[in-house]
Formats: sequence, structure tokens, C-alpha cells
Amino acid sequence: MADAAVLPAPAAKRVPGRFWIVPPAALLALLFFYPLVLIVQQAFMDDSGMANVGEFVRVLHARFFLNALINTITISVTATAGCLIVGLVLGLILAFVPFPGSGVIARLIDTFIALPTFLVTLAFTFLYGSAGMLNAGLTEAFSLQAPPVNFLYSTWGVVLAEVTVYSPFVLRPLLAAFSLVDRGQIEAASVLGARPFRIVRQVILPAAVPALIAGGSLCLLLTVNEFGIVLFIGAKGVITLPLLIYSKAIQESAYQVACIIAVINIALSLGLFGLYRFAAGRLGA
Amino acid sequence: MLVWSRPGRIVIWLVFTLLFGVLFLAPLAVILLSSLADQWNGVLPSGLTTEHYSDVVQGAAWKAVKASLVTGFLASAVALVSGTWAALALRIQDATLARVLGVLFFIPSAVPSVSVGLGLLVAFSHPPLLLNGTIAIVMVAHFVLISAFTFGNVSAGLARLSPDFEQVASSLGARPAYRLRHVTLPLLAPYLVAAFGLSFALSMGELGATVMVYPPGWVTLPVSIFSLTDRGDVFAGAALTMVLVAVTLILLLGLERVTGRQARS
Repeated sequence: MADAAVLPAPAAKRVPGRFWIVPPAALLALLFFYPLVLIVQQAFMDDSGMANVGEFVRVLHARFFLNALINTITISVTATAGCLIVGLVLGLILAFVPFPGSGVIARLIDTFIALPTFLVTLAFTFLYGSAGMLNAGLTEAFSLQAPPVNFLYSTWGVVLAEVTVYSPFVLRPLLAAFSLVDRGQIEAASVLGARPFRIVRQVILPAAVPALIAGGSLCLLLTVNEFGIVLFIGAKGVITLPLLIYSKAIQESAYQVACIIAVINIALSLGLFGLYRFAAGRLGA
Repeated sequence: MLVWSRPGRIVIWLVFTLLFGVLFLAPLAVILLSSLADQWNGVLPSGLTTEHYSDVVQGAAWKAVKASLVTGFLASAVALVSGTWAALALRIQDATLARVLGVLFFIPSAVPSVSVGLGLLVAFSHPPLLLNGTIAIVMVAHFVLISAFTFGNVSAGLARLSPDFEQVASSLGARPAYRLRHVTLPLLAPYLVAAFGLSFALSMGELGATVMVYPPGWVTLPVSIFSLTDRGDVFAGAALTMVLVAVTLILLLGLERVTGRQARS
């Protein structure tokens, strides 16, 4: 009743208010979408300004590009799988086998989202680098000649760093989903003699699937776009698409090649963004 | 409680401690330790020193702290205004247009930061829009990257706002501008503060776009950490990283206290 009396008033004012969206939209169009269009334009144009896909096709078939593409996808998929496993294990324990202080720990892990990603890589060089703590310890303990642990400067180093940085993005929606699971159902199941593994599989996991899909697709997107971790590891064999864009543009001043790679990287990212929006939309529904 | 037996629970907590320790605690602890390390050739540093921190306070590192703070503050302030503006303006559009524009405002967060930097270089390297080589291009890059997060935070806050207050205000005859200033924005304040804090934190850690566009003389913290570690000066890099972590945490915790107080009152 009250609504009926109030609603017509804003509806009448709707028409002039519509233009308020123009200033922020124009700002974003100038500073973000216009440069984006220019990247696409540069990718498909030769020096004389004519449309030309020759260079695009050449880069697409180039060894350095294919290697970077394969690296990017392998790292992204492996790291996302790792994030899902770590996020699920941490989430299950935090939600269903809580201990004193688990709330504080959950919030601590959450603040990792705000920290710069390269922090973890820098820490890993101290921990697992060729002169790091682990190698120093092992060389001393077993009097070895060469450092035994050297996964850091390979794709595995990047994957481990990305799992650390991005598993909070799985944990966050997962804990939200777990908080909705009926505790009485779990207690009833375990009183009736169901083993924890079975309860996880039949009661908890079905409730967590949307959160896992949303968190996983966000991880795919973020790991495809990740730059700092790969740059800081600085391994010659580990080049991903964002790193290739950087080295082509800044180190070689090959702007057209950089734009071509950027177009492909952006297309890949936007596809994953669509996947994430779709998954997150279903999570909200 | 999923696991009832005491030994079972202890095993599970050990797994948790191991995962948490290796993945989250060890990296932070080791950065802290190395920022204080004198020399580090064995398992542990041979001695501790605060020398790396006193170097930060003097010299080039301090300029990096300043550059990051100024960039973060200005970019976050502009992003806060434009994000709030956009979120408020989207409420009075019709549903389809609002949904399409909402996605467009989110897209900067999905595009790799290096490409955002590349786009700015391509677009703003020629007059009349010459930004390349100026400090402004760094601000613009940060603004673009964090704008989606402020927009998202403010939109989420608006969605949670009860419409009752605004409806009462307008039924009492409050004009839209008055209603916005005295009803909507105060109700939204906790979300605005949180959005500002998060975007400031993101800006402090931004590397991909900055490394593409930064002019000499405006080296932000992450870029200067990278050049330090790239030169092999890892301990100074670790000290600067701790400064970055401390500033970020102070920002987040301080703003959380502010929003907490507002929520209680």
C-alpha cells in the first residue's frame, strides 16, 4: 500500500536522470575502451595503415607465441586444479572441523587477496631457491654437491606460487556455501553411522559445486592474466602471454606484435570472464 | 563437527597446519626474516640487522613509497567518485541497459593489466592526448584497473541498502539531491570506505600495467622491488616488500575499524 503511494514519483523523474550515467561511462570509454579498440586496430594493420592479417597469421604460427600460449594454458589449468584442491581441503576443515582460532585464520587467509602476488615468488626464492633455506638445509644435512631442489625456476614454481595466491579466491565462496549446509543433517548422518568421507561426498560436496565452479573459473581468469609471479621468477623457459606482451613492447619495441598477442590474450580472458559471470550468476540464483 | 574421534581430529588439524604453514605462513615469515637478514648463506641468516629498513627511509626507496602512496590515493579517490557515480546512475536506468552497462564497468578487472598498459601506450603517445612519459599515465592505468572493484563494491552496498529510507525521504518531499546527500550517501558510507581501502591496497601492489607505462622518476613500490631483486639486492627488496605489506595491512585494518564503528553506531 505504502509502495503504491510512493512508486509513481520516482518513475516520473526517470527521464532526466538517465543522462547521469554519461560522465562515468564516457571516462571509462576514453581511458579503457578506446585504447582497447586501438590495440585491435594495430593488430590488423600494416605500417601504411591498410588492413592486413598477414602479420597476425605469422605471429599465430610463430614458435615463441605457441610456446607462450601452451605455457599459459598449462599453468592456468594446473594452478586452478591446485587452488580447488587446497581451497576445498582448507574450507572443509575450517567449516566442519573447526578449532580454536579458526575464524581468525580464515580472515588471515582472506587478507592474502589484497597482498601483491609477487610477494609469494620473492618468498619462494628464499625458501626453495638454489641458495634458499630448503636447499641449504638439505645440502648441509646430506653433504651434497649441488642443490637438490630446483623446481622453482620451472612451470611448477609458477604453479605453486599461483596456488598460494589464488586459493583464497576458492576458499571465500566455498566458506559462504558451507555456512548454509544444515549442520543437523551432518550430525544425523554421522549418528546413523555414515563415515566422514561419505558425508563429504553425499551431503557437503553437492552443496559446494556452484561455489567450486565460480571460484575455479575466477582462478582460471586470474591465472591466465597473472604477470608479477612469472616476471619475478624470471625463468627463461617460463614465458606466458602477459610476459610476452611486456617483453615484445618494452624490451623489443615491437608494438604490433605486442598488440597481436594482447588481442589473443584479451579474447581468452574475456571468454573466461563470461564463464565466471555465468557461474557466479548461477551461484547467486 | 564432521569428525568425532579425537585422534581423527588431531590428524586433520595437523594436515591443516602443514598446508597453512607451507602455503601462507612460511612466505610471510621468510620475507620478514630476510628483510632483517645481515647475510644469508646457510639455513638461517648469520646475523640480524635493521640496516635495510634505515636504507628505505633515506634514498630512492623512500621516493618509491611516496610515489605509490600518491598514486594509490589519487587513483582510488577518482575511482571512488566515478564508481559511486556509475553505481548510483545505473539504478535509474531500465533493467536491460543497467545490466549491459554493469558488465561493461566490470570488464577492466577481466583484462590482463599488461594489456591495459599497452593500450594506454598506444592511445596516448601522440598529441593532443600525450600522456606517455608523464606521471598522469600511471594514475590513469591504476584508475582503470581498480575502477571495476570500486564500482562492484559500491553496487553491492547499494543492493543491500534497504529502499525504505529513501522512499520515506522522498515521500516527505526531499528533493533528489538532498536525498542523495543526507540519506543515500551516509547509508552507503561503510561500503565507500571499504571500496576505497580495497582499491588503495590493489593500487599499492599493481605491477603489470605500471611496468609498461611508468616514466623515469615515478617508480612505484612494486616496480622498485622488482628492479632491486632483479639486480640481486634481495634483502633490500624484502625490506621494501615488508613496507608494502605493512602499508596495505594498516590501510585494510584501519578502514575496517572505521567501517565497524559506523556499522555499530
